Amino acid sequence: MTRWIFLWLLLALPAFAAVGDPNERLADPAKEALAREIGRELRCLVCQNQSIEDSDAQLARDLRRLVRERVAAGEDQAAVITFVHQRYGDFVLLRPPVTAATILLWATPFLALAGGIAVIMLRRRRAVAEAAALSPEEARRLAELDRGTA
Amino acid sequence: MSDAASPKRPRRWMLYAPLGLAAAAGVGFYAMLQGLQDGSYNPRGVPSVLLGKPAPDFSLPALEGVELPALAAADLRGPLPGPVLVNFWASWCAPCIIEHPQLMRLSREGIAVYGINYKDRVAEAGAFLRRHGNPYRRLGRDEPGRTAIDWGVYGVPETYLLDRQGMIRWRWAGPITPDTLENELRPLLRRFA
Repeated sequence: MTRWIFLWLLLALPAFAAVGDPNERLADPAKEALAREIGRELRCLVCQNQSIEDSDAQLARDLRRLVRERVAAGEDQAAVITFVHQRYGDFVLLRPPVTAATILLWATPFLALAGGIAVIMLRRRRAVAEAAALSPEEARRLAELDRGTA
Repeated sequence: MSDAASPKRPRRWMLYAPLGLAAAAGVGFYAMLQGLQDGSYNPRGVPSVLLGKPAPDFSLPALEGVELPALAAADLRGPLPGPVLVNFWASWCAPCIIEHPQLMRLSREGIAVYGINYKDRVAEAGAFLRRHGNPYRRLGRDEPGRTAIDWGVYGVPETYLLDRQGMIRWRWAGPITPDTLENELRPLLRRFA
């Protein structure tokens, strides 16, 4: 019996590890889920490739608390993200908005795809052109060779 | 044999294309490295959204045990007698020790330097100022770090320059070294004097 309890505790451990401090979590599971969803959209500015949900930096902890306070106060996702965005700018958003400065970032996959398609089309057209009729010069050489072998 | 080269000629540019691409990337990386070296390019830098705007609203208590007035947004609203520096610092922050002599120098020259003590213990913050000297005219204590978030601070030290109208003109994340002082801050202080 105790073995089963230990096994269960072992398997359940990651659930407790989701947010560093259980005291941080909101009592309402729906609001906690929303807070986590928002937190995953926000970059931790200290360890810059982590979201504030994943980071254990002091600033990330403060921002997590701030997000939970605003969610608890009834704000929706857009309002909370706008609040943080107004303070830290585009950099804090893990999904940067499409602006003149970020358009290249967003467009690169499509540009690469268009480039690839363009290359394929060009090569195809050339392949067709190569199979077309011989030039008079080539015809003359071919005739010469034929005569040579004959 | 010479004729055999002719159908290949259109494809030759394809050979040079990767070479050209690599060369362009090389030029780009060289520019990035140059920028990293002279500080004009910082991939980890978070640009401040407050540039050209007044300081956000806040009101902070004074630091107990230090005879300095507290700091609030009202102290940073124009018109001001001269440009003002707002410096976020903490006694536990090693780069703050590196930057301190520069702040002391500015303060001796009569520049208004205001301090915001970030997430610090009262006794240790006081001891820091007694040991290294006090450059601050006003000092607010931001223990919860909420005012720092309102300013978009992401680490200490961080310094903001406000012009006479109370508009934020410059933000420096990291310590103000003697080099930063001479090459970045001095020209701005002259411009906004």
